[in-house]
Order: sequence, then C-alpha cells, then structure tokens
Amino acid sequence: MTAIKTEAQDVLRLTNISKSFGATKANSDINFALKKGEVIALLGENGAGKTTLMNILFGHYTPDTGTVEAFGQMLPPGKPGAALAAGIGMVHQHFTLADNLTVEENILLGTEPLWKLGLGRAAARARIVQLSQDFGLAVHLAAKVGLLSVGERQRVEILKALYRDARVLILDEPTAVLTPQETDALFVTLRKAVALGLSVIFISHKLHEVMAIASRVLVLRHGRLVGEVAVADTDKHALAEMMVGAEVAPPEIAAAQIGAPILSLRAVSVVSQGTKGGLQDIDLQLKSGQITGLAGVSGNGQAALADLLSGLIVPDQGEVEIDGRAIAQWSPRIALSNGIARIPEDRHKTGAIADFTLTENVILESFKSAQFSRRGWMNKAEADRFARHVIDTYDVRCPGPATPIRLLSGGNMQKLILGRALEPGPKVILANQPVRGLDIGAVTYVQSRLIAARDAGAAVLLISEDLDEIMGLSDVIHVISEGRLSPGFARGSKSATELGIWMAGHGFAEDAA
Amino acid sequence: MRLEPVTAPTLARTLGYPALAIALTVILASGLSLLAGANPFATLGLIIKGAVGSKFALLETLNRATPLIFTGLAIAVAFKAKLWNIGAEAQLYAGAVVTVLLGTGAVGLPQPFFWVVMAGGAMLAGALVLLGPVLLKTRLGVDEVVTTLLMNFIVLLFVSYLLEGPMKDPMGMGWPKSAALLREARLPRIVPGLRLHWGFGLALVSAGVVWLIQTKTTLGYEIRAVGLNKEAARFAGISVSRVLVLTALLSGGLAALAGFSEVAGLKGNLTLDLSPGFGYTGIIVAMLALLHPLGVVVSALFVAGIFVGADSMSRAAGVPSYIADILLASALLLMVLAILLTRFRVVRG
Repeated sequence: MTAIKTEAQDVLRLTNISKSFGATKANSDINFALKKGEVIALLGENGAGKTTLMNILFGHYTPDTGTVEAFGQMLPPGKPGAALAAGIGMVHQHFTLADNLTVEENILLGTEPLWKLGLGRAAARARIVQLSQDFGLAVHLAAKVGLLSVGERQRVEILKALYRDARVLILDEPTAVLTPQETDALFVTLRKAVALGLSVIFISHKLHEVMAIASRVLVLRHGRLVGEVAVADTDKHALAEMMVGAEVAPPEIAAAQIGAPILSLRAVSVVSQGTKGGLQDIDLQLKSGQITGLAGVSGNGQAALADLLSGLIVPDQGEVEIDGRAIAQWSPRIALSNGIARIPEDRHKTGAIADFTLTENVILESFKSAQFSRRGWMNKAEADRFARHVIDTYDVRCPGPATPIRLLSGGNMQKLILGRALEPGPKVILANQPVRGLDIGAVTYVQSRLIAARDAGAAVLLISEDLDEIMGLSDVIHVISEGRLSPGFARGSKSATELGIWMAGHGFAEDAA
Repeated sequence: MRLEPVTAPTLARTLGYPALAIALTVILASGLSLLAGANPFATLGLIIKGAVGSKFALLETLNRATPLIFTGLAIAVAFKAKLWNIGAEAQLYAGAVVTVLLGTGAVGLPQPFFWVVMAGGAMLAGALVLLGPVLLKTRLGVDEVVTTLLMNFIVLLFVSYLLEGPMKDPMGMGWPKSAALLREARLPRIVPGLRLHWGFGLALVSAGVVWLIQTKTTLGYEIRAVGLNKEAARFAGISVSRVLVLTALLSGGLAALAGFSEVAGLKGNLTLDLSPGFGYTGIIVAMLALLHPLGVVVSALFVAGIFVGADSMSRAAGVPSYIADILLASALLLMVLAILLTRFRVVRG
C-alpha cells in the first residue's frame, strides 16, 4: 500500500540554502531534491559553489539560511556526523585513506572501536565481499592501500561508504583521476547502485560524462542554481551555455607562423615518484610561434613534464636542448635564465606566496636582476613601479601593489602571474592548466594573452585536462598516457573521440597489451 | 567551534585582544600573589619598582635584556625562515668558549680589533654549531627541532668537560671556571661606574642590522619567501637549502654574540651557569615580538624587567620569584592566543 509513496519519496532535500564568505556569496538560495534510485549531476565551473554546498550538506559549514533534510529527517546544521549517520556517503576528490593499512582495515576503520577491530573480522569480510560483488567493485582486501592504483583506491572509498550503509552516494569529481576505462567501470558500478535503490549525486564539470550517467542535471553558477533539466531534454551545448552563462565562443586564433624549434626533449625518461606518474622515452619539440597542446587524463605524466620544463627535476635519461644546445645543468633559475616562462598548475601553492604583496610576488622570479637589486640591496621603488606596470597592462583588479596577494580573486592572481611570466618576453611558455577555476572573463583574457605571445614568436606548451580548451587553442596536439607521448597531431586533424582513444592508452607503438 | 579568518581586522580588534591578554596575565599574577599571602597590588608595584624604579634597577634590567636581545634575534631570524632553531643555548655557549679562548691570551691585539676578533670568532663558532643540524635538514631531511635541541646538551656537557679539564682556571681554587679575560679584552661600560656594558649597544645595533637585512636586502626577501612558502620559493628559482644555511649561520652567530657579550661585558670568565636558559627564553622573546627584530628589543626589555623585578619583589614581599616564570609563560600563551584572535574569529558550530 505504501509502496507508491516510498517510491516517490525524496531521499534528500535541500531548501533555501545560502552561505556567504565575507562579501562573496558562495551559495544563494539553493533548492533541490534527490529521489530514490536517481543519479543527478551537479554541474558547475570551479568556484561555482559546488564544494560549499557539499560542505553544508555534510555539516562542515553552517548555512546562513536553509535546511537539509535526509529521508524525511531534518539534519542539524553544523554537525559533521549527522549526514553520515543518516546514510549519506561521500567520495572525495582527494581520497581519505590510510596508505599503510590494508583495504579491509581501511573499510572497517571507524566502524568499530579500535580494540575490537581484530574481532569478528570474518563476518565483516563476508559483508565486504558481498558488497564488492553486488556493486562490481573488485578489490583485493589484503592489499595495502598505498600500493593500489588511483582507480582501485576510488573503489575502496566507495566500498567504505557502502559498508557504512550509505543510501546516498556523493562523488566529487570522481573521474578527474580516472582513465576512460576506469570511468566506464565506475559508471557500471553507479548503474548497479541505482538499480539497487541507491541515489547518487555526481559532481563534475565534464559534460559528456554528465550526459552519460545522470538523469537530471543541476547547474550552479556563481553560487546560484541556474538550471535544472532532465538529460533527455538537453544537450552538451546547452549545458555548457548554462554553466558559463553565455555561448562559449572558441578564442579567435589566426594561422600559426611556425618557426624553428626552441626547446627539445630527446628520449627523456623520468622515474615516477609516489602517485606522480613519470615519463617514458619522450621526444617533444616546442617550436617558435606555435601552441603545443598536451591532452591527457590527469596523473599520466603531465606533472613530471611540467616539473621538468620548470627546472624542478632533471631527466633520469635523455636530454633537454634549448636552441640546439644540450643543457648540462638544470634548475628553476637556469630555466628562467634560458627564457622559459612558467605558469604553474597550482597558483596558490606554487605560483604565489599568499602573504607577500603584489609587488613582492611580481618580482619573485627576477628580484636578483639588476633592475630590482644592486649588490644584495632591494630596489623597492623600481619593484613597485614594475608591479604597477603589470597591474595596468594585465588588468589586475586590486587595491594596489602593497595588497597581500591572498586577498585577490583567482583570476586576478592568475593575471599577475601571467604578467610576471610574460613581461620578460620569454622564448618558451609553459602554461599548466592556466585557466582552471577562472571565471569566463579571465579565461578569455588569459587565453588571448597566450595566443598573442605565440603570435609574437614564443613557443607555448599548453597542458590541460580540458580537451575543448586544448583543441581550441593548440596548433599541434600531443596526447600523454602513462608517461608516453603520442605523435603530434595538427590542428583539426583528429576528432575528440580519436584523441580520447589515445588518451585511453591505445595507439602507442610500444603498446603490446 | 571553528576559526574563520578576519579579512580586515579593525583597530579595536588588533589592540583589544592583546590588551585583554595583558590584563588577564596581571589578574592571574595577582591571584597567585594572594595565594602566597601578599597584597597583589603591592606585589605588582614591587615588580615594576624592581624593574625600572631606580637607576640601579633600570640598568640591571638593561643588562639582563642584553643576552635576551641576542638570543631573541637569533630565534626570530631562524623562525622567519621556518627553521626551528631550539639550540640557541648551545650556540651561546660555543660563542662564550671562543670568547674565553681568544680573550685570555691566545691572541693579543689593540683594543677595538680585539673585540672585533673575539666577537667574530664567537659568531663563527655559534654559526658552526647550527651548521651541522641545518645541513642534516637540507641534505637528509632530519628534523632540526630534535638535532638543535640535543646540541644544547652536547655543547653544555662539552663545556663542562672543558671547565673541569683543559680550560680550568689553575688559580680557581678548584671551581669549574675558566681563567679571567685579559683586561683589554673586556667590554667597557657605557657610563663609567655603572654596571651597563657595551654589549647592550651591540645588541641594539644587531637588532637594527637584522631589521635592515630582513626588509631591505635580497637575502631577507629570500628568507621571508622560504618561510612563507617553500614550494613557491623553490619554483621561482630560490635555492631553499642555500637560504636555510645562510639563515642558520646568521642565527647561530647572533646567539653566540649573547655568549660573547655575557663573558666579555659582564662576567669576565666562563662558568657553567653563564646562561640561566637565555637560549630558551629567547624563544619567548622572539614569539612575543612576532619575530620582528625591533620588536625583539622591546620584548627582551619586558621579559628582562619581569625577571629582575620579580627577583627584587621576592626579596621584599616574600612571594617566590618563580612567579616571574608563571607570568612569562602565561603572558606568552595569552599573547599568542590574542594574536590568533586578532586574525581569526571563533564561529560556533
């Protein structure tokens, strides 16, 4: 009798959620409900408010207004345990597993008092095995988590949530670290979960995945819920428009005037370190007047390549050549003095010193030059003048050069870093995820500056996980997969699907398997 | 309960919490002196009087502040680069030993040069004592908190050996102390007849020099960059190990100057009780000054005043002079908390 009622029941309902941080409205007046046996996608650019919303749901933040209801019960705000106890499980983008414990121990950790962990294992193990069969999550229970691949770790995280009787699974950017095959396997698991009556919130900014797995899509922009559509009634184009607020125009780009190779990697190998993938026998030429795009799923060696070109690591094998001469010594300073400009992936951790002023940050790579210091004494006036020049030229919105950079928005911080990198007139520009997390205005600005630098004769290497960005900007595209580099494909010669096959690791010469 | 950063702290916030910290410290001290059976107002009055109430008291405070300025600067310089030098005590004694070696007749030089050579030798010794731990840190990743802390015991025991053996004063009636410095090796008094020596002047100059280095030179810029964000500094081409080594040399040298100044300016010889923990108290001095080199002078005077004042109060009022330690400890903890509260706001839930 009650079956119909149960079926229509909302397992999760968020009502009028608002949250501000200072002047920033991270979430304003968000309402949505999740039904039993449904996958909804939460779509939005970085900074759109997805993470804040999930933190409110999990009680890490107290909302300014609004309520969270799970299975008909109101969740007390600001109580981190409540959502878990109500059967909501979250798989974070950055896993929360103990590397030195086994899979089984990781799953059990926190479910039993520590002194009982050793007891009653057989029953617990049987349940884990049952769950892994039901949901298609193959893992080796006795393996140490530290030795597992990223995909396997994610399966452990999901099992962990399921073992805690999660009825709602929230996955935060789950595919960012997965290969396409692992992504497919994850989708199989999610479909099984839904068939078994679970509900899933899938957070992503990858449109094709959202289209593939979700039944409904919620689009967040600048903290507001700007759209709620059934996947059947929409397409990628419309979603993209909703996400960024306007038709995404590919940047204007003229035909490339390709010149001589400036920087070459010859048979370069880098041993992988920890979770950072290495490089296997890579040959790459960066040519003057050309944007070289590096496509690939993150964690396939992009970090090693970026570190190498930044001067942070030296190749274990092979050579780096600049203007045809092999480099004998290699460090960030030497890279800089050879005209390599770097825009690092993480502007907060690597690109800037948060508590330094704009002036101090803008001279970070050049403070020892004759322009900014003499015999060890800083020339503050000249540094300030340079900072003002960069602020004006690169449209950095800020109160002034004496402002600590941490007070700037991501886009303005990135513009300052861009100015710092481009002002010396570099020969090579390494742009690692240069527009990640920026609003659309800053994205266009940064991209047009990179194009201008390329037109002025710089060799640009663009590393991005966003295939659309790569395809829009690059004159030649290489795909990186498990540390191997594909041949260069000229602009327009390969479709996204064809590049995707390379990204999945197929097509490489030494691919025997 | 959680902390949320305050983006633009008001003046009331910046000054209110530290003032509250001082008030709480005073209330705590009053409570303790009540427990000891004395009138709290009288106790506080006696502490202040003992610290600054007379010419003699004031000079005593300045004298006591001198080594604290040096060790405070040493700690402030190192902590600014997030180099946790807990071994200022060891560096101080190393400086003292070299001062004695040079000042008791190993070299003989006309006066201004004599002091320069002794001070330079002392700084070198202190720098070398810290060089080992910092190389272990930059090369092998060994935690410098442990190594610098343990160096304190190693150096102190080594000094003990020296004072019982090779450096023992043959005329010392069997006491473990070194021979006295030559007359021309002693630092003169600033005002003849008063017990304040030029070590204090050197301390003030050092604070000014450290301030110049930190704010006006590329090295200071690098030190701050490394301390605030090692990864970004490395990415920008700063050699983090080089900066840490230079910081260590500067820090160790400054701490050693405390030993030089105490031996050449005040004591005239070396004994095992040369420092009643100046190296450790330097940490409090530096923290209270928020690692600012000129602030170190102020906080060293404050800390010295409390010690000197409490000693004198203890004789007059019968409240144990340990109250000075409690006062300083609570002042430090409350001040650290107050500074946190000026930058962060506590949010419930």
